[in-house]
Amino acid sequence: MTTTDNGVNVQALLDAREVLKGAPEAAQFTWKATSEWQNGVHTTTKIQNFFGLGAEQNHKAETVLDADHPEVFAAPDDAITPIEYLLVGLTSCLTAGVASVAQNRGIQLRSVKATIEGNHDIRGILGADSDVRNGFNDIKVNFSIDADASPEEIEALVAQSQKRSAVFDALTNPTDVTVAVV
Amino acid sequence: MSRQEAPERVSTVVIGAGHAGLAASQVLSERSIDHVVLERGDVANSWRHERWDSLRLLTPNWQTRLPGLRYEGPDPDGYLSMAEVVELIERFAKLADAPVRTATNVTSVRRTDDGYAVTTSRGDLRCRALVIATGACNVPAVPGFSDAVPASVEQLTTFDYRSPEQLPDGGVLVVGASATGVQLAAEIRRSGRPVTLSVGEHVRLPRTYRGRDVLWWMDASGVWSERYDEVDDLERARRLPSPQLVGTPERATLDLNALQDLGVELVGRWATVRDGTALFSGGLRNVFSLADLKMQRLLGTFDDWAREQLLDAELDPPERPEPTRVPSSTRWQLDLNSGEISSVLWATGYRPDYSWLEVPVLDAKGHLIHDGGVVDSPGVYVLGLPVLRRRKSTFIHGIEDDAREVIDHLAGHLAGGR
Repeated sequence: MTTTDNGVNVQALLDAREVLKGAPEAAQFTWKATSEWQNGVHTTTKIQNFFGLGAEQNHKAETVLDADHPEVFAAPDDAITPIEYLLVGLTSCLTAGVASVAQNRGIQLRSVKATIEGNHDIRGILGADSDVRNGFNDIKVNFSIDADASPEEIEALVAQSQKRSAVFDALTNPTDVTVAVV
Repeated sequence: MSRQEAPERVSTVVIGAGHAGLAASQVLSERSIDHVVLERGDVANSWRHERWDSLRLLTPNWQTRLPGLRYEGPDPDGYLSMAEVVELIERFAKLADAPVRTATNVTSVRRTDDGYAVTTSRGDLRCRALVIATGACNVPAVPGFSDAVPASVEQLTTFDYRSPEQLPDGGVLVVGASATGVQLAAEIRRSGRPVTLSVGEHVRLPRTYRGRDVLWWMDASGVWSERYDEVDDLERARRLPSPQLVGTPERATLDLNALQDLGVELVGRWATVRDGTALFSGGLRNVFSLADLKMQRLLGTFDDWAREQLLDAELDPPERPEPTRVPSSTRWQLDLNSGEISSVLWATGYRPDYSWLEVPVLDAKGHLIHDGGVVDSPGVYVLGLPVLRRRKSTFIHGIEDDAREVIDHLAGHLAGGR
């Protein structure tokens, strides 16, 4: 038996996979947030509820996240920029994946660090050049992992975590987005 | 109402006279089980009519064997052309003395009290056991967003495609990087057309490794004989695209690096079409990494095996192919109205067609529910699907072991034992 402990309950995930294979309706989750404009380019978003396993679910506590823009954008810089939240999402998701896959493969992790950079040509959002896109041109994530594993096994962890990452998929593939006024 | 003719009774009906159905027939004959083999067209029909002109088998000739039949020609390391495959399977049908009824299309199979009722374009049959050997590649699987491709772009599947000459001039977007996709991308590029290849998850293999055909390694090291009930993730193994291989006299490797050398542009998995623009996944690097890592692990398995077998002296030294080169920039969108692409060739795989099967043995995705070829309805069996009983199940030489074991179960069913 493995004594690997990365703090991930992989057995629960594997059990859930088996159960949800036969119950696709229970696998339908909806993640939710509500946001409110504060002032200027500062918005506050609150997250507490989501829907999943056929019922409304609650986080243990409400999370309040602020987004603002930096002084070089002529804003007060009271919080990080919205596009930086995408970096938070991507690196958190990939790192969770690394830990889960490592647990499943019996690999003990000692440290997992990542630096993430999204390259962004802001002429797009400023409307300065219509050929420049609004979003990131590209994103680079560099992992530095200390674990009981060969370099190839570590590379495979990172590759598998991308393969099963919700945020990696959401950023690399198009998503249908509807924005309405109600 | 006129009285209908009583349906013909036979203990076993085999559907499909490809190599799998014929192997089943041979084993049934060895056991003196009366049967017929129903074939919608001719023996080896799919090989005759549903493949492109340049296709050759992926297995080398010495490996391309059927029960009682092996290659005895002058080129054991070569690869059979489609005409040669048809000839091989025809010879096998004669050798097996298979009771084939050609031009007999099965239109339905239903349960009866003591077995199954089979209706065909040439009369009805009743049987106690049924072997489905209709193959895994009946209908091209094309994603739904193909409807959104502008009408100015011609769309073909690998069922329609025969050779590059058939394509309009101009750029070709080949979708899918299985053996089929890489072979067609290469030959279309060589015809002078610009080719873009959309690459999702794929299986990379060198054609030869340490001086031997990579499929020699798969066979000799025992990787190919791994049983379906020993495979880690069977569902995944059964869904894997065919390995990036081609059978050529030069025994050349046809991986994504070779395609880039030819000038083929690689883009990510085709995700959707929006306003006439094709959108590709930005995850191309990771599908390269996954395929490279898997190939390296497999080659490592081969090296370990060769060392244990004390074969290192007679083999070339271990080597590792260059990692898949990541293009300096990859496009994630392509305007299909710009004229750059004049045709799209879908090499996105196939699915089996069981529309005639009125027995509840399909899962929600339309796949047969079976345990190593024993279908979830007493007396129904299947042969010739990916990793049916072993990793080699869909290769020509993989059918013999599968057919023997599946027909053994069938004989037990007929004898009332199971």
